[in-house]
Amino acid sequence: MKEPNDVILRSVTKVAVVIIFTFSINLFFSGHHLPGGGFIGGLGFAAALTLLFLSYDIETVRENISLDFKKVAVVGVLIAVGTGLGSFLFDAPFLSHTFDYFDLPIFGKTELATAVLFDVGVAMAVIGTAVTVIMTISEDR
Amino acid sequence: MNNLLILPVVIPLVMGLLMVLFRKNITLQKIVSAASITATGAVAVLLMIQNDQDGIQTLQIGGWQAPFGITYAADMFSSLLLTTTSIVALSCLLFAFKTIGEERESYYFYPVFLFLITGVNGSFLTGDLFHLFVCFEVMLISSYVLLSLGGTRKQLRESVKYVLINLISSFLFLVGVAYIYAVVGTLNLADLSVKVAEAGQGGMLTAISLVFLIVFSLKAGLLLFFWLPGSYSAPPTAIAAVFAGLLTKVGMYAIFRLFTLVFYHEPQITHLLIGVLGAVTMVLGAIGAVAYGDIKKILTYNVIIGVGFIMAGLASMSIAGMTGSVFYLIHDMIIKALIFLIGGTIISLTGTSKLEDMSGLIRTHPYLGWMFFTAALALAGIPPLSGFLGKVFITQGTFEAEYYWLGGIGLLTSLLVLYSIMKIFMNAFWGETYLSEEMEKGSTKGIMVPIALLTGLAVLLGVGAEGISSYVNLAAEGLMNPELYIKAVFGE
Repeated sequence: MKEPNDVILRSVTKVAVVIIFTFSINLFFSGHHLPGGGFIGGLGFAAALTLLFLSYDIETVRENISLDFKKVAVVGVLIAVGTGLGSFLFDAPFLSHTFDYFDLPIFGKTELATAVLFDVGVAMAVIGTAVTVIMTISEDR
Repeated sequence: MNNLLILPVVIPLVMGLLMVLFRKNITLQKIVSAASITATGAVAVLLMIQNDQDGIQTLQIGGWQAPFGITYAADMFSSLLLTTTSIVALSCLLFAFKTIGEERESYYFYPVFLFLITGVNGSFLTGDLFHLFVCFEVMLISSYVLLSLGGTRKQLRESVKYVLINLISSFLFLVGVAYIYAVVGTLNLADLSVKVAEAGQGGMLTAISLVFLIVFSLKAGLLLFFWLPGSYSAPPTAIAAVFAGLLTKVGMYAIFRLFTLVFYHEPQITHLLIGVLGAVTMVLGAIGAVAYGDIKKILTYNVIIGVGFIMAGLASMSIAGMTGSVFYLIHDMIIKALIFLIGGTIISLTGTSKLEDMSGLIRTHPYLGWMFFTAALALAGIPPLSGFLGKVFITQGTFEAEYYWLGGIGLLTSLLVLYSIMKIFMNAFWGETYLSEEMEKGSTKGIMVPIALLTGLAVLLGVGAEGISSYVNLAAEGLMNPELYIKAVFGE
């Protein structure tokens, strides 16, 4: 089969992926008070990975990101449930969350919430599941 | 607040997830899965004791108070079902250790099994209609995997049907949830109960309740059971036994919860309809059970008869009927798993499920034979075994409510149940023995333990019924007095 000429796609991808990654991280962190959060951030991240899969092939991407995405999903759910289990230690209802303000060196006065930990789990679960689904479909050909 | 309530959901979930990470280590998976189901059972027993002493236990998840957050509530009815679930699941798991085979084990059988239990336990505990939907989905998706795992031709054919039916009923479930939210403006079961009682259960709400009745009838196999005989006879024995013991029961639990807690104002419409559905289900199920000469078919039709009979207790809406239903529900979970396990063992021994091709197993497998005989008597409700008390109370309840036809059909079908199950016993165990032990296709090595465990329980539930009768009465009282549930949820 003739190699398709996709120089433009690949060049755009190289730039776009960085932008998408940055944007999804931004979405992820804005989630606590503004629209965004773990789910949508994770989906954005998975979209960037999908773009990589499309413009390069799965093997090339795998060489660079050698993660088992099934395990990413599992670890994500474990983190999410684990933050819920933390409430057993503090005698609070399951999945309770709390927040406080800290003075950090560069960021200044920052709000740190335990809900972000839960969101990390959600994001990982979404990335893992979405990428696993896409890779499974592509193997079917 | 009582964080114990979340454990029956979280333990199997976390352990299942961990087992996915250790995919190759089957021995570890076996130990962990058995241990986590045992732990779940221990929590359920603790909950039962707390229910007995302090009444209904609740947990407002994340500290968001009802009706705004998701509430978990365990009354005695839930706790009893949780305990029974753990016992049935553990037995089927022990059976699976020897029979399920390496291929299925390496494709996540044990994690998915635990996810199924997660969904079942969640459905029993939740006090929120939408969360009930989520737990149903967790349970159903796991059951899709278990049903199709292994990928034999028959399994795949039945999976397609099963998935389609359940997608449609899940869709209807969502439609019902949307309707009720539009009309009443809440999804918390206790809050729903208050609001429906305040507004009066008019034509609109009764119509919505019937949407839910259709949804849960599809899941429970109440009249809409056309999908059940196929999909319950396709998977391997251990999985079929779990399905028969647990899945339809979750649908029944949901019908009980909704029609005793929320939609109990128009019993002449809803509960009469449930009674009629139950009667038709019993008759059709009995016809199926008597007509077929195939072990799997006879057993699945017996599952259907059980559904109809338990619903008769709900239709009566009396304390006797409810007591009977709770008793019978517990009995039914245990006994259906048991007869499926024994039936599956017979099939694996003889290599066929046709009754005419088997005979004389009693000479080579006396224990199996007598345990099957005990199970058969318990199934038909012969005293002093476990089915008897439930039958007595349900019949009493229907007579008190003056549904004589319903009680009559119930009694008549139990005779047909006895006939259908004795047909298996006589064909499989009596007669000339022409299968010597060397010629058998399978063996009973190591799988007698779960069967003996469940048989022992069936006997114990009958003989020692006095021991749990106070718990069962408490459960029935809780079902008849929705204000107890409401007070517990809003009490804190």
